[in-house]
Amino acid sequence: MRVTFTANGREVEADDVWEGESLLYVLRERLGLPGSKNACEQGECGSCTVYLDGAPVCSCLVAAGQVQDRAVRTVEGLADPEHGLDPVQQAFIDAGAVQCGFCTPGLLVQTHDLLEREPQPSDNDIREALSGNLCRCTGYEKIMDAVRLASARVSSTPEVSR
Amino acid sequence: MRGEKNLQSITTAHPDGIGGSPLRPDGTLKVRGEFAYSSDLWHEDMLWGMALRAPHARARIISVDISGALATPGVHAVLTHDDIPGSKYYGLEIQDQPALAIDRIRYHGEAVAIVAADHPETARRALAKVRVEYEVLPPITTEEQCLDPETYGYVHEPHEYKAHASGNIVHQQKVVSGRGVDDEVRALADVVVSGDYEVGMQDQAFLGPESGLAVPAEDGGIDLYIATQWLHVDREQIAPVLGLPENKVRLTLAGVGGAFGGREDLSMQIHACLLAQRTGKPVKIVYSREESFFGHVHRHPARLHYEHGATRDGKLVYMQARIVLDGGAYASASPAVVGNASSLSVGPYEIPNVDVLAVALYSNNPSCGAMRGFGAVQACFAYESQLDKLAAALGMDPVELRQLNAVSQGSFLPTGQQIDAPAPVATLLQKVKDLPLPPPLDLAHPDIREMPGALSNTSHGEGIVRGVGYAVGLKNVGFSEGFDDYSTARVRLEVIGGEPVAMVHTAMAEVGQGGVTVHGQIARTELGVERVTIHPADTAVGSAGSTSASRQTYMTGGAVKLAAEAVRQELFRLGRSRYGWTGNDLSLVGGKVVSASAGVLVSIADLLGDRAIDLTREHHHRPTVPFDKETGQGFGHVQYTFCAHRAVVDVDVELGLVKVVELAACQDVGKALNPLSVVGQIQGGSTQGLGLAVMEEIITREGKVRNPSFTDYLIPTILDTPPQPVEIMELADPHAPYGLRGVGEAPTLSSTPAIVSAIRAATGLALNRVPVRPEHLTGT
Ligand code: FES
Ligand code: FES
Repeated sequence: MRVTFTANGREVEADDVWEGESLLYVLRERLGLPGSKNACEQGECGSCTVYLDGAPVCSCLVAAGQVQDRAVRTVEGLADPEHGLDPVQQAFIDAGAVQCGFCTPGLLVQTHDLLEREPQPSDNDIREALSGNLCRCTGYEKIMDAVRLASARVSSTPEVSR
Repeated sequence: MRGEKNLQSITTAHPDGIGGSPLRPDGTLKVRGEFAYSSDLWHEDMLWGMALRAPHARARIISVDISGALATPGVHAVLTHDDIPGSKYYGLEIQDQPALAIDRIRYHGEAVAIVAADHPETARRALAKVRVEYEVLPPITTEEQCLDPETYGYVHEPHEYKAHASGNIVHQQKVVSGRGVDDEVRALADVVVSGDYEVGMQDQAFLGPESGLAVPAEDGGIDLYIATQWLHVDREQIAPVLGLPENKVRLTLAGVGGAFGGREDLSMQIHACLLAQRTGKPVKIVYSREESFFGHVHRHPARLHYEHGATRDGKLVYMQARIVLDGGAYASASPAVVGNASSLSVGPYEIPNVDVLAVALYSNNPSCGAMRGFGAVQACFAYESQLDKLAAALGMDPVELRQLNAVSQGSFLPTGQQIDAPAPVATLLQKVKDLPLPPPLDLAHPDIREMPGALSNTSHGEGIVRGVGYAVGLKNVGFSEGFDDYSTARVRLEVIGGEPVAMVHTAMAEVGQGGVTVHGQIARTELGVERVTIHPADTAVGSAGSTSASRQTYMTGGAVKLAAEAVRQELFRLGRSRYGWTGNDLSLVGGKVVSASAGVLVSIADLLGDRAIDLTREHHHRPTVPFDKETGQGFGHVQYTFCAHRAVVDVDVELGLVKVVELAACQDVGKALNPLSVVGQIQGGSTQGLGLAVMEEIITREGKVRNPSFTDYLIPTILDTPPQPVEIMELADPHAPYGLRGVGEAPTLSSTPAIVSAIRAATGLALNRVPVRPEHLTGT
């Protein structure tokens, strides 16, 4: 089958898609957008998180056919082509929240969503929002630091377009 | 090939040398989703490889019929061991593992056949058509069965392969010191405590699946892009199986999504190469999470019997220990794990009389090998549990008892090795004890997310009790027992765009630990430049050894230091011959050659011109020796490192649920080359110890793995993981580059017993097994 949707604002089209393929597979193997990661492909780790019509989802659990005519935004679409990295991306680097980085794309999308809903989350809010994203390297402490840092930066510079 | 940004050099500019915390050179690529992990690689015309895995733990293979699979449209090759052009066996220490099963199945999930096809689904369907006829045999899975091969059989039939000289025993090591332990020695103790402890099988559970891309080259060789911990040892094992000389097998490190020991053994490397060799096309293999649980070795599950004797005032008199590690079907790193478990079995304590035996067994359980902490983790859980027990028997404070017996610089370990560097064990414990305690649970205004069971909405504060526990551990750094564990680095200095740039080229596997950041810092420190290029890690330069054993900053960092120093000396030589400088007070600062007496002499750019200085150096640590077989005596370890933990837990005693409230650590790192990364390593390592304490275990029944998924094998989430205050000490080790100590593993040792100790303090239960499960707490 053929699937047409927008990925990071761009019209894309994937041909010869087998019915069982996930959105994650189509993004990674057919569209050359490998930023969303394939750590479990069972909806358990959150590494594959993308926005689908503005809501974060595990792209490994979305059948490719379901995204026909819809809008997908991946980690590759977080940075602003003009302003560079999104504050969430920069904060993850600055706080030392990236080790192997395999969990990072999913965490970035999830954090981006959290801060859009709640620019100044409490620690418990952060833990709750990120509880579906596994990280095996960091012990999460520096991820907490990164989200707090991003929150502080976003809250203090409301004019930054996100 | 697509998705290869990090397979080319990455250049960054930064003023910080060692001791600073510059950002990761690969950080921007990683947050943009542009960093190419091994599962991200893609090649025009590539095929997908996949393996068929046995559904039994022990069986004889009667026949394999691949004809149906071969006839599937889109399938390019189906291979069994018959198709292997070279040696059929490989292995890290003992070549006892077939690349594809021959005649026998020794563990659940062993690979029998491999296929290459144009789509992963085609490969899956083709594998479903392979017909294998098995004669299923009763698996050998318990210690009793392993030790009685006459009755239960051999995992490796006698004289079949190199591995079985001692029946089902892979390796054993004794350590005897002082007077050993007999009735006379026992009589010297006023108080004796003993216990039987058990540690479950833990998995590394790195997030990036085993994966890679094998590309056939025009010269008949193979280029393999791979996530691994040690490129050269992979090549050493791959080339003979392919029937190729080593120089025709070239490996380049693709992005690695964590490792923790699980990538020290081969997984899909040989399979991808065999399929690429046969089809003449690039072949990519990416494990599913389930396959990942089958495709790598795990942490050895262990049964440990310990006995300690002490005087009434708390001085340790003797220790006896029997440690049995289940090595599973193949040897992997079991011999070295046994070496660690035995020689580090006493922990960081002075004990005059010691008698230890550690054994690893072959069984039909999953193979076990390297995982963070490597044999020291299991022992630490047992000896720290024992010290708590002893403290209780003596009526002493458990921290004081530890401090009273702690090793310090100059102490002898039971291997006879003297600790010839700082060993601030008592201080580490004191510091972690002195940190402020977290506030009590606010039951008046409870936030359910802070309670045991958290978001599952299981508890509202009834039946919750708090406990505090302490532990400390002893870990070696580097490969031990006479292994010449060297590393190689190439450093090039040249002028690009008018500015001096240092290039660092090593074969070090960056698995997330941050070695690439530290290499840049070392080059900046030694060469006084800001811009550093990190060359991709590959086999075009000499071996860097493994990214394991907490050794990489010590060893490859040391090699980068040596190479950079050599480049600096060459630069000075150039300057002396050109300008006639005579003094010996030169240094490189801010891109300039500076003399302490005469100030700035010349810029590096002017001195070098269009010349490049390009030098390669090897770093070897001081030599060690194998432990004596009968007594375990010998200068066996390169360096020792110590970490102490304090855990605070809340336990819901009605539901059997544990919430770790805080996990504080204090570690001596010798010199923190990059404080941000050091703290990150300590927190990450502690969290893996938390996982072992309260949730992580591969469950097998009759050798079959019951929980190979992230649904059933649980690793800590951000809700399971508490705040982790970290304090570091920096007492330089006089034998190490910059005085540093390996950091990555020590925190994984003591976090587990500290948490269990805290749960015991909260509940009063004995708890001799990890992970602690709800039924252990509720007695159901
Ligand atoms: S890969 Fe989708 S949740 Fe793990
Ligand atoms: S940084 Fe490796 S999994 Fe999170």
